[in-house]
Amino acid sequence: MIKLFKNLTKKDLLIILAVIFLVIFSVYLDLKLPEYMSEITKLIQTEDSTLNEILTSGLMMMLCAVSSLICTVVTGYLTSLLAARFSRSIRRKIFSTVESYGVAEIKKFQTSSLITRTTNDVTQIEMLLAMGLQFIIKSPVMAVWALVKILNRSSELSIITFIGVIIIVLTNIYIIKKVSPRFEKMQKLTDKINGVTRENLTGIRVIRAFNAENFQHERFENVNNELTSTQLANQKTFSIMEPIMTFVMHFQNLGIYFVGAFLIMQVGIIEKINLFSNMVVFSSYGLQVIMSFLMLTMIFMILPRAQVSAKRINEVLDEKILVQDGNYDKDTKEKGTVEFKDVSFKYPDADEYILKNISFKANKGETVAFIGSTGSGKSTLVNLVPRLYDATEGEVIVDGVNVKEYKLSSLNNKLGYIPQKAVIFTGSVEDNISYGTNGKRKPNKKKIKEAIEVAQGKDFVEKMNEGYSSHLARGGTNISGGQKQRLSIARAIARDPEIYIFDDSFSALDYQTDAKLRTELKRYTKDATILIVAQRIGTIINADKIIVLDKGECVGIGTHKELLKNCDIYKEIALSQLSKEELENA
Amino acid sequence: MPRPEMKQEKSKDFTGSMKRLFNSLGSWKAILIISIILGFFSAALSAIAPNKLADLTDVVSDGIKPNVKKLEIVSEKIGNNIVKNLNINSKEINITKNTDNEQYKIMLKKFNSMSIEEKSNLLEDFEIDGIKISKNDQIEYLNIISTIDENTITNDLLKKLDKLPKSINKLVEPKMNVENLKKRSMILATIYLLSSILIYIESIMLAYMSNGYAKRLRTSISTKINKLPLKYFDNHETGDILSRVTNDVDTVGMNINQSISSLVTNLTLFIGSIIMMFVTNWIMALTAILSSILGFISSFFILKKSQKYFVKRQSELGEINGHIEEIYSGHNVVKVYNGEQEAIEKFDEINNRLYESNRKSQFLSGIMQPIMGFIGNFGYVAVCVVGALLVMNDKTSFGTIVAFMIYIRLFTRPLSQIAQALTALQSTAAAAERIFEFQDEIELSNEDSLTDEISKEDAKGNIEFKNVSFGYNKDKEIIKNFSAKIKSGQKIAIVGPTGAGKTTMVNLLMKFYEINKGDIIIDGKSIKNLTRENVHKLFCMVLQDTWLFDGTIRDNIKYNQEEVSDETIWDACRIVGIDHFIKTLPQSLSANINDSESISSGQKQLITIARGMIEDAPFLILDEATSNVDTRTEELVQKAMDKLTTGRTSFIIAHRLSTIKNADLILVMNEGNIIEQGNHNELLEKNGFYAKLYNSQFQR
Repeated sequence: MIKLFKNLTKKDLLIILAVIFLVIFSVYLDLKLPEYMSEITKLIQTEDSTLNEILTSGLMMMLCAVSSLICTVVTGYLTSLLAARFSRSIRRKIFSTVESYGVAEIKKFQTSSLITRTTNDVTQIEMLLAMGLQFIIKSPVMAVWALVKILNRSSELSIITFIGVIIIVLTNIYIIKKVSPRFEKMQKLTDKINGVTRENLTGIRVIRAFNAENFQHERFENVNNELTSTQLANQKTFSIMEPIMTFVMHFQNLGIYFVGAFLIMQVGIIEKINLFSNMVVFSSYGLQVIMSFLMLTMIFMILPRAQVSAKRINEVLDEKILVQDGNYDKDTKEKGTVEFKDVSFKYPDADEYILKNISFKANKGETVAFIGSTGSGKSTLVNLVPRLYDATEGEVIVDGVNVKEYKLSSLNNKLGYIPQKAVIFTGSVEDNISYGTNGKRKPNKKKIKEAIEVAQGKDFVEKMNEGYSSHLARGGTNISGGQKQRLSIARAIARDPEIYIFDDSFSALDYQTDAKLRTELKRYTKDATILIVAQRIGTIINADKIIVLDKGECVGIGTHKELLKNCDIYKEIALSQLSKEELENA
Repeated sequence: MPRPEMKQEKSKDFTGSMKRLFNSLGSWKAILIISIILGFFSAALSAIAPNKLADLTDVVSDGIKPNVKKLEIVSEKIGNNIVKNLNINSKEINITKNTDNEQYKIMLKKFNSMSIEEKSNLLEDFEIDGIKISKNDQIEYLNIISTIDENTITNDLLKKLDKLPKSINKLVEPKMNVENLKKRSMILATIYLLSSILIYIESIMLAYMSNGYAKRLRTSISTKINKLPLKYFDNHETGDILSRVTNDVDTVGMNINQSISSLVTNLTLFIGSIIMMFVTNWIMALTAILSSILGFISSFFILKKSQKYFVKRQSELGEINGHIEEIYSGHNVVKVYNGEQEAIEKFDEINNRLYESNRKSQFLSGIMQPIMGFIGNFGYVAVCVVGALLVMNDKTSFGTIVAFMIYIRLFTRPLSQIAQALTALQSTAAAAERIFEFQDEIELSNEDSLTDEISKEDAKGNIEFKNVSFGYNKDKEIIKNFSAKIKSGQKIAIVGPTGAGKTTMVNLLMKFYEINKGDIIIDGKSIKNLTRENVHKLFCMVLQDTWLFDGTIRDNIKYNQEEVSDETIWDACRIVGIDHFIKTLPQSLSANINDSESISSGQKQLITIARGMIEDAPFLILDEATSNVDTRTEELVQKAMDKLTTGRTSFIIAHRLSTIKNADLILVMNEGNIIEQGNHNELLEKNGFYAKLYNSQFQR
């Protein structure tokens, strides 16, 4: 937590200082208030006081109240300012840190966790600052100060307040101890009931086909029962909170009056009036002591949650980024070449290599394809080119320069990368195609149209309500998977890259579209080098070079025909998809 | 720390929904009513308490006032004795009643200058209220009295009273009515204790009620899911239904627990304290109410205004979450396309807007409390001042002021709570509406009247499509007049590009959707006369998205079939070729599907095939899946599928050419329609859509 707060700027710290000062002042005023009350009490009890005297005291009391109001409003303004400022800057810091992450870091944290860290966790911290900061400063100051005040006034009556405080603190400890483990369980059960319901919905066809409706309902009911009883147990525990609090506050008051009355009986006449007015003030101080202890225990409820959030945020900010930017941004002699020199790769903490001693060279205009079963490392291999990962050993060379030496943006300017899972951004079709920068100017409308046409998207885009400026929903939910993939390919085409990287981008397309797209692409980008990861033999059958991977090792390089003859694994893959005669016909 | 409702939703029909909500409580209704009554009594007790506290305070404050009257009696008695013994028959000097009397003072002066002997001759011992006052005490008393004149201030006077001789002091000393004190304290203690107990019972009852009701709502949604036609799920998002089960039910459960009790308690407190204030003292009641109104109005405006910023904040939070999600999940594209700058610019723009609304909403909601506190203090001062005036004019007692100090707090607090409870009820109504809406969806038709039945054992496996027409929408028929006769054991391949509507055939065969025209005849019986349950029993279905639930492998394979021995399960596993793999798992069949990450998607698919094996139905619907399985597992899967199809009439959504070519009948689908049918060679000869599709994979 403290570490996170090191991100506070000087101005932020100044605000905190002002808040501390204001809070102390307002505590002073809040505690001054009952003194005027005691004054008024005394005046009322004394027969010959004048209205003027009472009005003066009343006026002073009002002054206190107004000043205290001003103090708290200004404090409120400052804390909300601070909270908003801090959360804005932390949110930005996390966002830009995550942007600089490589795939390895993203994988380590997982996207969904990074999202909650940037949003919910920051909100937690913000809440702590906006609502908690005042309490955190105020309640200990108030508790101590008010305690001192009451001790000065009457030690006998203080005992009553002490008893009240002890009861409140014990109750809260009991509740926190009892409830907090159940909260975790609640969270899990909520996830579980969501899980079972999701299961029932996604598997609705299977469930009905198996006539398993009752079976599923029973599963649901089991979780439902457990959830309900845990929740009930929690609420029952919480139920003692309010009665005990009101009980303590009322009984403190009653106790002060009752004990006070007996104290009064024992002293002289002059002392009696003093004691009486003391007693009235005391009951309001006592209330303040109890309230501030209540606030203190509340802080102990909020603080751990914020602490967890702070820890999660720090983890993101402290992560060491593996892929570091280079500084080569000049022109290269070669164009459109990709060379792997004895490249091996493993994840930083893993023992096993995912890629072992891969060497090949793709020349300008060539199509190089990678095939192999899942887990063979073909996707990882092409990801080394845009430095989504860095090779553990060996060199990856683009246009004659090691990729690690490039400034990332200059390297990226050469590449057109299409991931397996199409990424669609909220915005128009055009925005999506012209996404990013390539060191040159943004593609114009004509270029965008061309790119979409090559990617076989013209028909469906033009059928959309507003054609090329049609809005695409978040995650592209208003178009189909195949359409998304075509747009994602068009995006790469519009970039005019030297090197295309298709990371299994054709699986979502049907055979027909797949074939047509590749023909068109080849025609449109004669000079571009193409790296393709594929699962279907049909997709790569015409590649200049096919690299067969098995368990991270290269087990064959050559054309389709060559490999059919001399690579068993390739043959196995091919035969599982096409019949013998079909393969020979091809 | 109360906060304004984050999400303020307006219900469409507030009273209607609340009525329905109340009616649907069923047996919980009584509990709710009882707890409302308890809440009412508890709040009523809280409203009465300050009035009783005022009585207690009066007892105490009576106990500090010196009994000056007794002093007068003493003075009179002494004076009379002196007069008697002096034999000064100056009856015209009236020394009795008034200590301020000039003559009395002259006499005192004279008396005090006498010697002690002379003094004691003039005095006599006497008793008042059973207390004996000796001559010496009297001499001392007169000595002190003589120093008092009209200029002596009260404080000094009280100090002098303290110095009086013991016997006289005892007379004057304020008397606390201990009996009364104890009685009043007991009454208050009872009220406080009773009120706390009532609150406790109320909240326990409400906890049972709200949780029981929420549980019933969840159950009803789960049951409803099973009764809805598949059409509903095709048109509604999973997330939407999910949020009804969790968020909406939570909202309803939480709010009927908290809002209703808070509404009852605070309304009672509010009205009760107004009544009690007027009962206690009407002038001060008016003072308290008038001084608070100003505060209420201002806080109402703040609440309104902050609500606006909260809504804005919520929508901006949503926006920034969306952007973050988009950029994080598209991280690789953002990086390789150099889109970082673009992303952070957009982020900054939303982040700044969020900052503004954050600041404003937090500030406005943050100052609500101080303002309410100030209203309290303001009312406090007003009550003190007005009360002091009244006390001085003997119009009321000090206890009343103490009571009003509490009433001010009792009376100002409920209004904001009532406002909060009302907004919470609004969102309750909105959530309840969504739940009710779901409960009101049209259910599957009743099938009790259907009498035809085909048992699994008697089924032969013939199926006939007779002029079948179907459309998801009434006005758009996608399958037109389709006829086909399929004999027992034949294989039917359904092919077509993605999105061609291949699942439509599954929907019709499984009676997930009702056909519009024509008929499907299974073993001579119309599907219309068979119950859905019966149809499902006849079909075994293995779909591409491997659906497994969170449980052990055994449970997933056996699924809802009762009495399946492990032996049978192992047999099925052996046939599909997953037995070796399962044996490698430490917990074997009892391994949990979700826990073991070592189960690949291909292996999961094999498990679903084993599940189909166990079901052992005469008809088979199979969705050949290929894309995300590695080649070796794929081979296993295909072998397993082939074994599953043998001897069964099978409908296969086909991806493999070998399946397609061997099929007895190929149904070619595009854009929802069956556009061609026939076997492989027939269709190639036709040189139509199928031929094009088939050839496309060899295209250069």
